[in-house]
Amino acid sequence: MRKIWDFHGGVHPPENKHQSLGKPIQPVAIPPELTLPLNQHIGAPAEPVVAVGDAVLKGQMIARPLGLVSVPVHAPTSGTVIAIEDRQVAHPSGLSTTCIVIATDGEDRWIEHAGVEDFTALGREELLARIRGAGIAGMGGAGFPTAVKLGVDPDQTTIKTLIINGTECEPYITADDILMRERAAEIIAGVEILQHLLRPEETLLGLEDNKPESIAAMREASAGKNMEVVVFPTKYPSGGEKQLIEILTGKQVPSGGLPADIGIVCQNMGTSLAIGRAILQGEPLISRVTTVTGKAVAEPQNFEVLLGTPMRFLLQRAGFTPGEQQRLVMGGPMMGFTVPDPDVPVVKTTNCVLAPTVEELPPPPPAQPCIRCGLCAEACPATLLPQQLYWFARGSEFEKLESHNLFDCIECGACSYACPSNIPLVQYYRAAKAEITQLRRDQAKAEHSKVRFEARQDRLQREAEEKEAQRAARKKAAEERARKAAETGATDEDPIQAAIARAQAKKAGAATGSGGAKQPAAQTQRPAVAQMDPAQLAIERARAARAGAGDQSPEDKARANLERLRQRLQKSEAKLAESREAGADTAVIEALEGAIEKLRPKLEEAEQALAELTTETEG
Amino acid sequence: MALMRVTSPHAHGPLSTSKVMQTVLLATLPGVVALTWFFGFGSLVNIAVACVTALAMEALALRLRKRPVAFYLRDCSALVTATLLAIALPPYSPWWLLVVGTSFSIIVAKQLYGGLGYNPFNPAMVGYVVLLISFPVEMTTWAAPRGINGSGVPGLLEALRHCFTPGAIDAVTMATPLDLMKQNTGLLEQTLRAENPQFGRWAGVGWEWVNLGFLAGGAWMLYRRIFTWHAPVAMLAGLTLMATLFYDGGSSASTGSPLFHLLSGGTMFGAFFIITDPVSSAVSNRGRLIFGAAIGVLIFLIRSFGNYPDAVAFAVLIMNFAAPLIDHYTQPGTYGHGKARSS
Amino acid sequence: MYELIGQYPFLAAVLALVSLGAAFGALLGYASERFKPEGNSIVEEINAILPQTQCGQCGYPGCRPYAEAIADGEAINRCPPGGETGIAQLASLLDVEPIPLDEEHGAEAETRMVAFIHEEDCIGCTKCIQACPVDAILGAAKQMHTVISSECTGCDLCVEPCPVDCIEMLGEETSLSTWHWDMPRQNVDLIASDRDAA
Repeated sequence: MRKIWDFHGGVHPPENKHQSLGKPIQPVAIPPELTLPLNQHIGAPAEPVVAVGDAVLKGQMIARPLGLVSVPVHAPTSGTVIAIEDRQVAHPSGLSTTCIVIATDGEDRWIEHAGVEDFTALGREELLARIRGAGIAGMGGAGFPTAVKLGVDPDQTTIKTLIINGTECEPYITADDILMRERAAEIIAGVEILQHLLRPEETLLGLEDNKPESIAAMREASAGKNMEVVVFPTKYPSGGEKQLIEILTGKQVPSGGLPADIGIVCQNMGTSLAIGRAILQGEPLISRVTTVTGKAVAEPQNFEVLLGTPMRFLLQRAGFTPGEQQRLVMGGPMMGFTVPDPDVPVVKTTNCVLAPTVEELPPPPPAQPCIRCGLCAEACPATLLPQQLYWFARGSEFEKLESHNLFDCIECGACSYACPSNIPLVQYYRAAKAEITQLRRDQAKAEHSKVRFEARQDRLQREAEEKEAQRAARKKAAEERARKAAETGATDEDPIQAAIARAQAKKAGAATGSGGAKQPAAQTQRPAVAQMDPAQLAIERARAARAGAGDQSPEDKARANLERLRQRLQKSEAKLAESREAGADTAVIEALEGAIEKLRPKLEEAEQALAELTTETEG
Repeated sequence: MALMRVTSPHAHGPLSTSKVMQTVLLATLPGVVALTWFFGFGSLVNIAVACVTALAMEALALRLRKRPVAFYLRDCSALVTATLLAIALPPYSPWWLLVVGTSFSIIVAKQLYGGLGYNPFNPAMVGYVVLLISFPVEMTTWAAPRGINGSGVPGLLEALRHCFTPGAIDAVTMATPLDLMKQNTGLLEQTLRAENPQFGRWAGVGWEWVNLGFLAGGAWMLYRRIFTWHAPVAMLAGLTLMATLFYDGGSSASTGSPLFHLLSGGTMFGAFFIITDPVSSAVSNRGRLIFGAAIGVLIFLIRSFGNYPDAVAFAVLIMNFAAPLIDHYTQPGTYGHGKARSS
Repeated sequence: MYELIGQYPFLAAVLALVSLGAAFGALLGYASERFKPEGNSIVEEINAILPQTQCGQCGYPGCRPYAEAIADGEAINRCPPGGETGIAQLASLLDVEPIPLDEEHGAEAETRMVAFIHEEDCIGCTKCIQACPVDAILGAAKQMHTVISSECTGCDLCVEPCPVDCIEMLGEETSLSTWHWDMPRQNVDLIASDRDAA
């Protein structure tokens, strides 16, 4: 007899499972319309590969996975895509998300598909690709992409134990139970594929002792195979992955870690069956077994239902009469969430649709004050101190919440169930977790913004310094020139030649400087941009002017010169005014002002020269 | 179709705060019956007066604090506080003593701190200590038990007269065994017992049965899972350990046998009805072990070496102070955090 | 000496107190020198709490200047983006009482805001680019600009300079992945209603 461990806490809510076990799994007819949300799993939503109006066949991929943690979506039957739009889905928020809507044609024509005879012939990668391609995500409720979970390479990480979770500890739900009773062989076939993939030392099929028929069926189906059915006492939440691991192995998954870290992989019974079908028959995940139960339905039972079927369609099959204060729960009474509308579709994670009457699950009475009785701490399977967390959550003491390991809470609801004061503890934790996550994001963003802000400040300062340095250099150069000019008295120096030389020098400078980082930055911020083309143009203009000036009288020359200078001054002044008005960078204005200051004496000089010439000719 | 939108879990357990309180009230029954049998109707009258006062005061305080009165009265916590205080007070207490004590418990020790769940100290014990310090004479006069010197005990009418017209009749009072043990200076324990008829087979006449009655009530509550065994068992163990260590077989300086301590005064009442008050005790099971054991040790120390003959109230209040500290150092190791305890 | 003290117990008390005072004073003086905190670490800590939107709503040119001002005694309630949470954190860091947000500097936004440029209206003036404190706007002169929304702090500073009013602040929409349960309504809760009554 294998040793069974116990985990801390837990509660014993009424099981209410027998109601839905009276009948075998019933297939549900094809509804006229199927709504398939693009994210029925944890991770990135899939991306549609069909367009509105496309005809699709049963099993055809209609949306492909986007990224690694994502799975495709397949058409559950043949028909026509009539819409790709936002529809309300099964989510507590009542928000909408993108769905592919298929009008079914009732012919149920399969796309061409084939399984493999001998899966052992397939490589690991090939098997994983097929599992992923079949759109399989954890069917116990969480919906984590199965291929990602199975992605541990047995060559690198030794998987000691493979656990197949048949616990189904939530009250009311019997989907896995009935699956094990009726399709044990198919499940075992899937488990064998998992064994081949992971090469575990031992394979444990974990079941609670409240399912004697399933235990017998699984024992029979697994007889002679390298796997063991382990039965343990019924207690909620023994089906939680971490709790089940502790029950079967006595080990605890490290906080923040994965079961694979301690050499364990856990899979759900339904998921195993889906894997078997995907590999052996080549059928993607397009239907599932869902329990419809609660006192508001006349015939609680399990249905084999196409994904995308509206819950209303399913509920009608079971004889649903909505009552006062009706709620519809997807999942069980402990962890399930209320759906906003009965028209939301069944998805890969819909293991149960619970329609209780108001007497059966009465609405929560107003919360009384916490009396610190400690029943929550006794019920907590994660050995947390729920009431401390509650006080901290109410006081928004996020640091204390984290130091009290709020993030190890699995939101199983045992504490709320046990609380004599009816305090909605789990809701406090959910809200607090979300707020902390948001706060972390904000902090990361603030840090990022700070870095960017400081980088910008640095850049602005650097630019200002460079500008200042260039201005100083120019001033020095001008002084140097002036001094030289004064020394040599070279009044006959050809100004045009000098301009050409300067322009060429600049051109060369720009060419060599373009490789450097600082030069272009310095250039772009300069107002009178000395770009290549203007420089060359200036040269051309100057040449042309010279050519023309040959047959001009000195007087005309001087007059033209004066005119040109006036124009330049006007232009500069206009630019300056404009810049001032626009509130441009002070550097820009300063530069323009400098230019004007330089032009003024030149203009005066030219005026004087002209005046002299005129007097000469006149005299 | 309008569907309800509520957060999980949708199912709820059978226990409610009012039910817990009612269970506590019910569990006092065996002890109260024993008290009444051995000391007469005084305790019952105490309980009645205290309960009426408590409800009135609670309603008044809630009204002043603008709270829904009916909603909070329904949790029965005021009745529990009043009953526990009334049991702790000497039978045949005058009405004003009861009113002052209960009012202090409800208004100051409970409502001023924010009402149920927010009081750092056990309200009943706060009321008790306030009375003990303010009115030491009234608080240390205990009625003589039935059967001593062939006497009976007062009936209901006499008890009512004692309560509402204090001084009208001289009640038959006697020192309790704990008083005698404390005041004893020269006699061997055996002689002391022989000279004073208040001593019974193990502890004091009547007291033994009162304590056993409360033990029975406590055991029933344990069975009903109203609280965990940790604090009461730790307290009794602490007291027993200390009494055993200091027991010298019955010399004139004897502090009394372990059994004497377990069945005297408010030991069992304290263990199952006072220190199990969840609001003011430590939270975790390990914490409750420490909390209870420390109270047990303190009870012995104060009984034997302090100024007051019984010590449950002081010990409890002292440990109420320490409860947050205990909580801080006894956080359980969360799943997946290995052996490391987070501080 | 001893005799003198013996005769005048008052003197003994004075002497004892003075010497105790001197000894502890010296100890404290030494400790304050020995364990002197790093010069500006408090500014850094304050700055770490501020939301780094650089929006200037507090009246200082950026978060760091405000952090420095707080270290010099400025009120801690002038940062609307940080909101009540930020004030609470500052209060606990500086060991002062949390005070309500000074509405003069703006109200706390319900959701995170992000600037959005209506691109068809943008004339490419670059003015918003110059205004953005975190370089979150991309564009060049006479080219259409756009906001890198992941970098935007929602500071609002780009809205005013835009000559054609083509920048709008949009709230983030909740999606399935960002939605979460709110804190339960505390209908008959003592502490919450204490606050209401106050």
